[in-house]
Amino acid sequence: MRDAVTPAEAVIHLDRVCKVFGAGTDGSYRAVDDLNLDVRPGQMLAILGKTGCGKSTIFNMIAGLTEPTSGTVRVTGRDPFADFDSFRGKMAIVFQNDRLLPWRSAIQNVELGLEMLDLPASERRATAQLWLTKLGLAGHENDFPHALSGGMRQRVSIARAFATNAAILLCDEPFSALDESTARRLRAEFVRLVKENGKTAVFITHSISEALEIGDRIVVMKRPAMIAYDVSFDSDTDAGERELIRSRIGDVLAA
Amino acid sequence: MNETAPQAGSPPLAIMLLAAAKRLGTSVLPFVVVILLWQFASLFFPRFLFPSLIDVFWRCIEIFSNGTMFADVLATILRILAGLAGAFIVGGAFALLMVRSRAVDHFLSPILTLFQGIPALSWVVFAIIWFHGVEFRILFIMVMTTLPAFTFQIVGALRGMSKDLMEMVFSFRPTRLKLFRVMIAPAILPDILTAWKVNLGNASRVVVVAELVGATGGVGYQLLQQQQLFDMAGALAWTLQLVFFVLLVQGALTLIEKSAFRYRAVSERAI
Repeated sequence: MRDAVTPAEAVIHLDRVCKVFGAGTDGSYRAVDDLNLDVRPGQMLAILGKTGCGKSTIFNMIAGLTEPTSGTVRVTGRDPFADFDSFRGKMAIVFQNDRLLPWRSAIQNVELGLEMLDLPASERRATAQLWLTKLGLAGHENDFPHALSGGMRQRVSIARAFATNAAILLCDEPFSALDESTARRLRAEFVRLVKENGKTAVFITHSISEALEIGDRIVVMKRPAMIAYDVSFDSDTDAGERELIRSRIGDVLAA
Repeated sequence: MNETAPQAGSPPLAIMLLAAAKRLGTSVLPFVVVILLWQFASLFFPRFLFPSLIDVFWRCIEIFSNGTMFADVLATILRILAGLAGAFIVGGAFALLMVRSRAVDHFLSPILTLFQGIPALSWVVFAIIWFHGVEFRILFIMVMTTLPAFTFQIVGALRGMSKDLMEMVFSFRPTRLKLFRVMIAPAILPDILTAWKVNLGNASRVVVVAELVGATGGVGYQLLQQQQLFDMAGALAWTLQLVFFVLLVQGALTLIEKSAFRYRAVSERAI
């Protein structure tokens, strides 16, 4: 079930990556240790692990928000930290909480990424409107975040990420703060949109069910972030086989 | 996808009018009480102690309608605005440098704290000794007395920005200018407006001291004339010019706040 991805074909490539927080011998904390990971184009990778296992650190390094202490991180062949600006419009992030700008209406929030791309105002507005409609938020364009429910706000943040048409989507537990029924609906919507638009997605989660629902590959991390289990599957994988994967992941996490 | 946003129902017009009348009454009542007490006192005390407010009113009208007198009011207003603008620009630049560099912060913070401890009157004396030009003296005094507060308030606003929101905006790789426009400016605007409100009150007090000692025109200078003539009605009328100005600008700032911060959720339960 392991799907081998060569560095050459990888859109995201991590080679012997370490991240140590803090300085000196006493206060330092090794969040990621000697991590190798390759993600091929179009793959939906779910990174699964318990709280504090370093998932978010990996996420931030891929996003270019954190610099690795050692090792190499490459996204489409470039360093996302050093070549930060070159990823404008190429990578979008959906965060754990919606992170909407409170002083902007829903549609203005969706336009945010498009403003960075210097698109004309009319084009920005049309694209933002399209994505809000796709996510069931037509009629709420001019609502400020405080007037929207948690689920609606998270949908605005998903629309904001998709609107830039970035080829790579990074998602850090975007549905963890929502109630289960809303989260389930948004997950299904998210998977559909990722597949329809041919994105490569890295999805951080601590839920086995969510990882199985979203990913076509699951990497289970153990503290400090090292790969303890790596499995790929597809829509043809039958229920029995999925149960085996679930059981195996449970064992790895419990070990 | 059937979630609905929280809806707020509109109250009937009569209730809204009643609420507006209540708000107006509540804000006017304190002034009415003070006016009545003063007017009552004017019946029993000599004119140089408690002049009738009717006299004060006519003196105010005289100041408004007399070009030479109103020029003094305008001079004071311009001095306040120039001083505040200068302190805001320099304070904003200092604040940005202090937030960006720990070394600059460590260097400037103690100096600004020291400045905060220097009384306004001392700056007046320093300015008279150091400088010749009246306008430059007053500008210097205004800037020096309001600079620390502006700087510390902007530093606080910059440091108080949400790290989560900042990271989110960074994830779209903004240019510096766009980062300032979409994130920094709107995030610090509430604190900037508060800083202006606070410093406006301080500046209107300091400018009078500066003009009283070091100027040949303006509200402070006119107050000195009224003191020498023992003319309480005149002193009150000139003081009220500054009060009107401060109220006018505070009102304008409040209007800006209401328009700029309409995105804020309002809780029905007060603190």
